[in-house]
Amino acid sequence: MSEPRVGIYVCHCGHNIAGAVDVEHLSEWALNLPHVVVARNYQFMCAGTGQELIENDIGEYGLTHIVVASCSPHMHEKTFRNACERAGLNAYLFEMANIREHASWVHPNNRSAATSKAKALVSAAVHRVLKHQALEPMRVDILPATLVVGGGIAGIQAALEIADAGYPVYLVEREPSIGGHMAQFDKTFPTLDCAACILTPKMFDAGAHPNITLLTYAEVEQVEGYVGNFHVTVRKKARMIREDLCTGCGTCWEKCPIKVVDTVFEAGLGYRKAIYRPFPQAVPKYPVVDAQNCTYFSTGKCKACERFCPTGAIDFEMQDEIITLDVGNIILATGYDLFDARRIPEYGYGRLPNVFTSLEFERLTNAAGPTGGKITLRDGETEPQSVAIIHCVGSRDKAYNEYCSAICCMSSLKFAHLAKEKTHAEIYNFYIDMRPIAKGYEEFYHRILAEGVHFIRGRVAEITDEAYTTEEQGKLVVVAEDTLIGRQRRIPVDMVILAAGLEPRRDSQNVSHMFGVGCGDSGFFTERHPKLDPVATVTEGIYIAGACQGPKDIPDTVAQGAAAAARVLGVISQKQVQLEPVRASIDESRCSGCRICNNLCPYNAIEYLAELGVSRVNGALCKGCGTCVAACPSQAITGAHFTFEQIMAEIDGILIDAGDYEPNPIEILA
Amino acid sequence: MSEAEKFNPVIVGFLCNWCSYRAADLAGTSRMGYPATLRDIRIMCTGRLDPTFVLRALQGGADGVLIMGCHPGQCHYQEGNYKAIRRFALLKRVLQQLGLEEERVQLHWASAAQGLLFAETVSRMTRQIQALGPLDWKHNWPNEEPFMLLQPYLHEEVAHGR
Repeated sequence: MSEPRVGIYVCHCGHNIAGAVDVEHLSEWALNLPHVVVARNYQFMCAGTGQELIENDIGEYGLTHIVVASCSPHMHEKTFRNACERAGLNAYLFEMANIREHASWVHPNNRSAATSKAKALVSAAVHRVLKHQALEPMRVDILPATLVVGGGIAGIQAALEIADAGYPVYLVEREPSIGGHMAQFDKTFPTLDCAACILTPKMFDAGAHPNITLLTYAEVEQVEGYVGNFHVTVRKKARMIREDLCTGCGTCWEKCPIKVVDTVFEAGLGYRKAIYRPFPQAVPKYPVVDAQNCTYFSTGKCKACERFCPTGAIDFEMQDEIITLDVGNIILATGYDLFDARRIPEYGYGRLPNVFTSLEFERLTNAAGPTGGKITLRDGETEPQSVAIIHCVGSRDKAYNEYCSAICCMSSLKFAHLAKEKTHAEIYNFYIDMRPIAKGYEEFYHRILAEGVHFIRGRVAEITDEAYTTEEQGKLVVVAEDTLIGRQRRIPVDMVILAAGLEPRRDSQNVSHMFGVGCGDSGFFTERHPKLDPVATVTEGIYIAGACQGPKDIPDTVAQGAAAAARVLGVISQKQVQLEPVRASIDESRCSGCRICNNLCPYNAIEYLAELGVSRVNGALCKGCGTCVAACPSQAITGAHFTFEQIMAEIDGILIDAGDYEPNPIEILA
Repeated sequence: MSEAEKFNPVIVGFLCNWCSYRAADLAGTSRMGYPATLRDIRIMCTGRLDPTFVLRALQGGADGVLIMGCHPGQCHYQEGNYKAIRRFALLKRVLQQLGLEEERVQLHWASAAQGLLFAETVSRMTRQIQALGPLDWKHNWPNEEPFMLLQPYLHEEVAHGR
């Protein structure tokens, strides 16, 4: 075999790398590494011109191995592998040195240390790549069905797009009905069209679509497999209703004697029965028995609903059902939880009755809500004469969530308009900054200003019922510094609405683990690229849409739902998918048949061939973790692309003594 | 400046692809500074960590080795990190018999969201090793048992019988 010829490409990444690492020096130094024939540095390696540089050099210099020193392989490994392929070099004869995330960005003020570290990482990559072997990716068929987790507007939109394109969709929703948070809202900003009027037709379409299988009151329990071939276990909780018989007539909940405070759909402001349908336009139309509150489940008696059901659809013997689904792609659209305003005790939510959350106000003002759309105080009768709306509750505050929840400015403006319109009350909005940033939003803000709503710029310090003056007697006093006039203000009002922020779902960590997607600092799911790949995740075949990715309003949520669907359709239309050939294999001539590996494999991918006295890896089941490779006492198992030789070479390379690097003083000044 | 502060140790990191490597990426994207002592190697899972990797790194001149994986119960491969815990326990006993200080080889967890924890772990370990001083087995690999007994396993040719 002829001598290997390595090409090294050091990326400046604008100033991102070049600002802390001396890229000129690095590429010059790298020429001394074994078998390196060309070493270049370039402004943006990932740009088309950067990739062409590699492609041309492969042809011109006959390069056999490529190293790119740039960002994380999770960012651009694929990009450069493709460049190698285009130039006729096997994609696995490439290695990346992560000198951005792991060097320049974490040692920005120490040019010497960052450059030395980058040298070590480049050296490691060169030593490693010399041991690389050409590998061919595995090709597997893609199952045409898609799982959408979460039946809010994001999930509904995604499901409809895919179903309309002619492919089957399973839409799994935890609650008894699809619709999500949007179903609870009254009006939507900035157009003030009613949420139900635009949402319920979509819900109906999703429920009736021949390509959509709705699995409501169901939760995903387990996910196995990989892109194209996921096996998902779903628990369909016992509704106690036979869907084939139920007509949704409503006799059962009329007859049910148990009234329960509805903390989910009505946000604690209204009641439902122990057998209930969350709201009239629910899809599917079938009710569900709340076993915790049902008399029959606690005393063994009652069954009023069963007696009166005209079609005999109620079945108290029903058990949870475990369903397994085989799908090719998964879209997570699990939405958000509202910030719990009790966490800010000085705002008095839960202690002062007339402090409401935004969701409670949505229900109050909703024509289908507990008061029939009449805005009242907690007593259910009195109309407020004055209302304060507090922005940024639990958002833009390092004590709770540092991020901006994006929707609260606009929903607060909407609340101001609705409260003004319905009660003619004086409205005070307490804000930090107004951020009406999307199409038509600024105009809406001006409209609300013109309606005579008061805006006070300042974070509210306290909401109290302690009166200083007779004017404040019996009122809630909002204490804030008005930063525009530089004065402390006390505004007595009848009602306070807290525009609570959006938070990741409480179980988002578990969900992220189950599906193999990451959660960022804030706990929202992490997209593959914050700008250029906003709905894909680091796990192939798993996409995210809507507020589970970060706070966003309805238009953006719908756009992401459609975007995720488009990505899925793109994958399905390829019919086959390439899998990383990172797999274990056993050299049967070295295998002693000890079977240690058999039990180590979490995927049962290793079978023992008794007649041959050796073990064998099933490549389709192996996920490439390498646990068996490390355990084999005969070193008979090889983990492709993470072989013993490759890692040992990387260790040797990374420990290179790069010598002390003294940055050029002139350069520092520049 | 004391002698310990001047010494910049070399720590070889073995980071799992799914959690801790991404935690390191997140530390980068969030610009969380930490000492430039860690030189990291990506492995798919801490379950892949062959204990000889650690020995090779120490023999090759590392002052410490930091192994980081997903939190127990959150392994991308279900339970690879549990395998790593068990191997680590055995490895520690070997290292103890070689007279190596406890702090030089450490096993920690960081999820993909824990960039800060990652940065803090590297900083803490750097301080600990600075306090211990250089190891320099590269030049002082003892010519005696049990070091010599380990020698064959550290070389791929022997290990793979090639």
